[in-house]
Amino acid sequence: MLETRKLTKQFGGLVAVKDVDFSLEHGKINAIIGPNGAGKSTFFNVVSGLYRPTSGQVIYKGKDISKLPANKVAELGIARTFQTTHLFEMATVFDNVVVGHRLRTQSNLLDSIFRTKRLKQEEEKCKEKALEVLKFVGLSKSVDRMVTNISQEEKKRVAFALALATDPEIVFLDEPTAGINPDETAELSQLMEKMAQQGITICLIEHKMQMIMKLAEKIMVLNYGEKIAEGTPDEINHNEEVIKAYLGGSASA
Amino acid sequence: MAAIFSKRNVVIGLIVLAALFPYVARNDYYLHVLTLAFIWMIAVYGLNLLAGFTGYLSLAHAGFFAIGAYALGLLTVKAEMGFWPAFLLAPVITTGIGFLVGIIALRTKEHFFAIYTLCVGYIIYLVIDKWEGLTGGVRGLIGIPAPADIGPISLSTPIAQYYFVLTILLLVILVIYRIIHSLTGKTFIAIRNSEDLALSLGISTIKNKLLSFVLSTFFAGVAGALYASFIRFIGPDIGNLNITFDLLVYMIVGGIGTLSGPIVGTLLIVWLSQNLQFLQDYRMLIFGPLLTLIVIFSPRGIVGFIAGWFTNWKLRRKVNINQAQEQAEEV
Ligand SMILES: Nc1ncnc2c1ncn2[C@@H]1O[C@H](COP(=O)(O)OP(=O)(O)OP(=O)(O)O)[C@@H](O)[C@H]1O
Ligand SMILES: [Mg+2]
Repeated sequence: MLETRKLTKQFGGLVAVKDVDFSLEHGKINAIIGPNGAGKSTFFNVVSGLYRPTSGQVIYKGKDISKLPANKVAELGIARTFQTTHLFEMATVFDNVVVGHRLRTQSNLLDSIFRTKRLKQEEEKCKEKALEVLKFVGLSKSVDRMVTNISQEEKKRVAFALALATDPEIVFLDEPTAGINPDETAELSQLMEKMAQQGITICLIEHKMQMIMKLAEKIMVLNYGEKIAEGTPDEINHNEEVIKAYLGGSASA
Repeated sequence: MAAIFSKRNVVIGLIVLAALFPYVARNDYYLHVLTLAFIWMIAVYGLNLLAGFTGYLSLAHAGFFAIGAYALGLLTVKAEMGFWPAFLLAPVITTGIGFLVGIIALRTKEHFFAIYTLCVGYIIYLVIDKWEGLTGGVRGLIGIPAPADIGPISLSTPIAQYYFVLTILLLVILVIYRIIHSLTGKTFIAIRNSEDLALSLGISTIKNKLLSFVLSTFFAGVAGALYASFIRFIGPDIGNLNITFDLLVYMIVGGIGTLSGPIVGTLLIVWLSQNLQFLQDYRMLIFGPLLTLIVIFSPRGIVGFIAGWFTNWKLRRKVNINQAQEQAEEV
């Protein structure tokens, strides 16, 4: 459904992502792992349209989307979260999430000024969507709390909810469990499984190996921007290059 | 007590107060000052929509204010157009120029945007100042007509002008209120919060930033046109950076990104300026520290400070957090 062909992103002289061929397992949980600075987030940024690739392509449903701006990519059903949640801390959880469905609405300035029927209907639609996804991620009780006052784990859930509010087919999650304790990590893993059960394709970046090995069905390993391995958790576990990259790969390079 | 001070009652109370003011004050000078303050408020609302709600601080605002004023002045004085067509056309012209500037200016962000618009503002000022053939240069433009009568209603007395400007101000506030509380406003706020996040939520940041910018210049144009018809003489100074900074101070003191901030800030500073007139330029010795204190201790100005206090007060009374926040957001 979504694949990259020889995807490359260069920053000046630095090649952050190099000739990466990768395809997502439809409806499954996919994972990208790799040492710090391997180019994982950059890969996400290119796929989601935030960066233009230097060369190569991103193919979605048979179409090259690598030149589309991020908002168009989102419209096609590709959502994402960020490594650091970009939430608006001084607003409620609900207010943060309600704008997530905006891309599925048509109301313009005049609708807003004259409060047309369309605007009212669409605002209702956005509200319902927000409540629905907040329920899905288990935050029904925190709808009206300020984001500053909720825990790190809850913030991650809000970020999930925001991505889900866009009605995505694929969700890219950049280190969804960074800075979160093991118990909470397990709970977030469950949430990701629940998303996959809903038919959403997931692709996440993670450093927590144990969790990834249990959760993912397909893993890609990046090192210095290059794909060094790809396969099932079992295959990755026994891959020579991966072991090398993780145990002092930087010393040998 | 809370019931009496419900949002609706406060708004009605303020409108009644504003409507009665001319009869209470019975003083043309106060009327003049307040009418002028209303005009500034309209401009500040435009600035606040862009800087406060969308996160783009434009320093060209006085430039667009001046374009609105000169558009009205030139159309009526030089092109001898009727007042009302000119009054409608002036904001349209301002918005058109705003659109062109916006397309280029919005390629930049943050302080680069501020610096770029600072230059644009100065260029607008220079054009007005130097293009004597068109604008009259430093001599300015005189003989701008007051608003023409609407049927039997004459708009030439100070009281009538006061009500005229008040009406426009209320309309502007209504429009801004609706924008802020609709999907359009939520879109702007999402951009202010994080452009990358907004983009990845499918929001066209380019289109929405341009919309916000153009709207801000529209309100500047309306304010400028009102100013020209009220003062009836304009010079290049109204496009000067000083005016941009005045507007900024009104906005920041009142509360950037709040709905009532422009009213509170403008009234307070205009009132202070009036009372401190004997200090002449030394007034700045008071405004400077005041501004600094506010920026440090209450980034969302007086309104933000009161809203925060109000939220806490409600929390302490164990009222639903939800309602408190709503109140705080909406003042
Ligand atoms: N916008 C940018 N401009 C210049 N260099 C960048 C930019 N973004 C990333 N890089 C560089 O590209 C390389 C890959 O960074 P990236 O953030 O993709 O790594 P990562 O695999 O996500 O690492 P981490 O696990 O630490 O999040 C790094 O060397 C980084 O410094
Ligand atoms: Mg990263």
